[in-house]
Amino acid sequence: MAVEKLLKDEATQEKGERARMASFVGAMAIADLVKTTLGPKGMDKILQSAGRGHSVTVTNDGATILKSLHIDNPAAKVLVDISKVQDDEVGDGTTSVVVLAGELLREAEKLIAMKIHPMTIISGYRMAAECARNALTQKTKDNKENPEKFRSDLTKIATTTLCSKILSQDKEHFAKLAVDAVMRLKGSTNLESIQIIKKAGGSLKDSFLDEGFILDKKIGVGQPKRIENAKILVANTAMDTDKVKIYGARVRVDSMARVAQIEGAEKEKMKEKVQKIISHGINCFVNRQLIYNFPEELFADAGVLAIEHADFDGIERLALVTGGEIASTFDDPGSVKLGHCKLIEEIMIGEDKLIHFSGVEMGQACTIVLRGASSHVLDEAERSLHDALCVLSQTVTDSRVLLGGGWPEMVMCREVDELARRTPGKKSLAIEAFSRALQSIPTIIADNAGLDSADLIAQLRAEHHKSETNAGIDVITGAVGDMEKLGISESFKVKQAILLSATEAAEMILRVDEIITCAPRKREDRV
Amino acid sequence: MALAFDEFGRPFLIIREQESKTRLRGLDAQKANIAAGKAVARILRTSLGPKGMDKMIQSPDGDVTITNDGATILESMDVDNQIAKLMVELSKSQDYEIGDGTTGVVVMAGALLEQAERLLDQGIHPIRIAEGFEMASRIAVEHLEHIAHKFEFSLTNIEPLVQTCMTTLSSKIVNRCKRSLAEVAVKAVLAVADLERKDVNLDLIKVEGKVGGKLEDTELICGIIVDKDMSHPQMPKRIENAKIAILTCPFEPPKPKTKHKVDIDTVEKFQALRKQEQQYFDEMVQKCKDVGSTLVICQWGFDDEANHLLMHRGLPAVRWVGGVELELIAIATGGRIVPRFQELTPEKLGKAGLVREKSFGTTKDRMLYIEQCANSRAVTIFIRGGNKMIIEETKRSIHDALCVARNLIRNNSIVYGGGAAEISCSVAVEAAADKNPGVEQYAIRAFADALDSIPMALAENSGLQPIDTLTAVKSQQIKENNPHCGIDCNDVGTNDMREQDVFETLIGKQQQILLATQVVKMILKIDDVISPSDY
Repeated sequence: MAVEKLLKDEATQEKGERARMASFVGAMAIADLVKTTLGPKGMDKILQSAGRGHSVTVTNDGATILKSLHIDNPAAKVLVDISKVQDDEVGDGTTSVVVLAGELLREAEKLIAMKIHPMTIISGYRMAAECARNALTQKTKDNKENPEKFRSDLTKIATTTLCSKILSQDKEHFAKLAVDAVMRLKGSTNLESIQIIKKAGGSLKDSFLDEGFILDKKIGVGQPKRIENAKILVANTAMDTDKVKIYGARVRVDSMARVAQIEGAEKEKMKEKVQKIISHGINCFVNRQLIYNFPEELFADAGVLAIEHADFDGIERLALVTGGEIASTFDDPGSVKLGHCKLIEEIMIGEDKLIHFSGVEMGQACTIVLRGASSHVLDEAERSLHDALCVLSQTVTDSRVLLGGGWPEMVMCREVDELARRTPGKKSLAIEAFSRALQSIPTIIADNAGLDSADLIAQLRAEHHKSETNAGIDVITGAVGDMEKLGISESFKVKQAILLSATEAAEMILRVDEIITCAPRKREDRV
Repeated sequence: MALAFDEFGRPFLIIREQESKTRLRGLDAQKANIAAGKAVARILRTSLGPKGMDKMIQSPDGDVTITNDGATILESMDVDNQIAKLMVELSKSQDYEIGDGTTGVVVMAGALLEQAERLLDQGIHPIRIAEGFEMASRIAVEHLEHIAHKFEFSLTNIEPLVQTCMTTLSSKIVNRCKRSLAEVAVKAVLAVADLERKDVNLDLIKVEGKVGGKLEDTELICGIIVDKDMSHPQMPKRIENAKIAILTCPFEPPKPKTKHKVDIDTVEKFQALRKQEQQYFDEMVQKCKDVGSTLVICQWGFDDEANHLLMHRGLPAVRWVGGVELELIAIATGGRIVPRFQELTPEKLGKAGLVREKSFGTTKDRMLYIEQCANSRAVTIFIRGGNKMIIEETKRSIHDALCVARNLIRNNSIVYGGGAAEISCSVAVEAAADKNPGVEQYAIRAFADALDSIPMALAENSGLQPIDTLTAVKSQQIKENNPHCGIDCNDVGTNDMREQDVFETLIGKQQQILLATQVVKMILKIDDVISPSDY
């Protein structure tokens, strides 16, 4: 007797083959979607948001594309998630990780069609992933000891990362920018101290790195536009009439005269506060919150430059560069650490006025000003630069470096093939499949560049089977080339993260034999 | 019938609005219930054992869960059938009581129901079946005690505990690094265990996860991790020999509960009030400073001014720390939670050797580590993994492993896994069946068959020939009189679970059999199902 209804209405259940099919199809669809963006000749996608304004994003970044998709397939969601994690963790390789996971599943599907149990495939994949990782670890180079070489490594990595993005035209320029910025951090991975300001106009080549700090704010009216040897107080305080914070307090008056008196007292209080701030001996005051007209006027009278409404990040960065502390009370002028800089001036970029702090004490923070033709270009440039910065900062902490251009995949592939030959039993089929999935990455890169992938990969494999080699795909000339000479490098940490998360995700999806979808929560119709 | 007639022959209603309700009675009701129970068990059957598969569940909000844990699967399924709900409860109660074996208990109940159906077809009364099952379960539980082993462990020799946790973990996706996870779990449990009272308070173990990194990076931290950072960006990120003031009062002017009003009607009052206000902040910070604290952890927020004062006086602070975390910090550091500033005293401060902030990845995720605490009886297991689903599944697996370790500390008897215990029980129950004179004999024998279905499912999931394997193992058990023979799921080459080091806890197994029997008895006793029809 069949059970009529086990689950609630609209909840669905898919079992065995069907469940597996559904997750494979979903995962592969996602992988195919981002596949064409892979590599230096990868294409971009236009994303149009469904929200108001139908804003348009043009991008090549896997994580950005996947983040904006509305997906219903649970397996596809797993892939989107790994791409997001890759973005948070190492910043780059967001497309590769999805493509690799997709390829692993594609191979697995073939094996399952051959009646090999998913668990066998998983254990084969695990062995292969372990072996591939060991192969990579052995082949890394570490130039941490040699600062000059390390720097050139970083530049190479930045160039490689950037060459698949919109910045590829000016990749040397931007690679230098990114490396300079990251080297200034002195080993910290806190990318927040690198500020990126986007200003439309000019060309991408006009982008520059500023050693000082640029704040996208205007100077108050009637206040000095240029200050030398500035003493800066960075504050986070309300500069309107302070509310009385004691609970339950209220003003009760019986005549207009009293109101005027209390108003006067309030004003007096404000004045006192401003006086206290000025008594710190400063000539520049930066506040996170608004400064109202009255105090602004007082500051102008005292010849103090007052900047209001700098956002939180701006304040933190400014405190970091100038070495001051973020103050909220002003009763004790002696002990508050003030920030210093040589020169504050108003500068013009394009049409906008910005405030420029130069000659700052601590050189840890810096600003990159991006210029470009349209806001879409700027957004994409920012994302690309962000990727490059992330990769670089991660490379600074883990300085192991690999060659690029499909070289690491071929190295892993060779080792994994070896392993497959040594392994008895059905697992070896899965291990072989793993190596095929690895190979598909250079294949896709070549395909995207419009090259004869079959021929190139065959050549590449032959090279790799001979002996120690640096051969990889040179997309520019469309032939097999020496990656070392071409200066194409990748960070070990990124490659390792790709390998591990892709395998983990594939394993997870393979283990599933049943999908239960609950009824979607009903939304109230909003009219 | 639901329709009855009074003495004048007029019909009257016993059940109101009969036409709008569906009703199943007698054998039909039992059959329908059994079918529902079996359907639930069938879903979980493929998840059993080290080669069991996972289920992917999409919640009403679209979140995806991938898991192998019976209790979690059933809980997140949108079950509508009443009997199916009973099975969900069954799995949950196993989870609360034991923590592990949530899949096994449902599969067992399903098998019992299947057997009961056959007996019903033979015309045996459901109550007789239920009684037979009851007797059989008693025999099985006693037999389990008989074949159980006590095993010795101590703080220095944790190997047996680790082995048992590994058995639990081997059926999960994390089995890639089950060894290290099992060690983490066992160490965590031993750190907080009260060996004299033989009890473990699992609340003292915090399981925290963060995406990124790899599973192998999962570690045990003798201290607490809080997903918070310092309230002011310029506060020190590393404090050694911290003295921690744990506060549950906000750094804000007091808010008396009684309604009151402060009326301001003159300028003097306005100014006085302002002074008072400034003094409040000053005093609060001063009090923390006076008792010698070097770190303030607060359950509530601070005002900007208070924040700066704290920073200015060199007193790092953390705000918005959750209540549970606050308690754990208090336990770990040996401090007291202080509800009012006036009550701060040096003795109430917690002590920690090292407090540091650590940042992860490329985003600005930062976490606060409180380590080298005065009292190491609160620990944190910090899980890393490739994606959110892995982390969640690892959390569940670690929870299972922790429960197993706790059960072993409570009662150090084990039985052998891989279906060995079930097969042995089945043999014992079968033998006992022949001695019973009544109709229950059939039910007892059916119970033995139901016990066989667990090793059968194990073998099936591992890709072995289920019937062949089971009969071979069973005959081996009887021939060698060796209750340690089980299904060789991992293809190791031996059937002896003692050599494979596959253990399960005795109480876990006993509980499984008892709970499953209970639920089946309950289902069998239902002979009338009245439910409102669809509307």
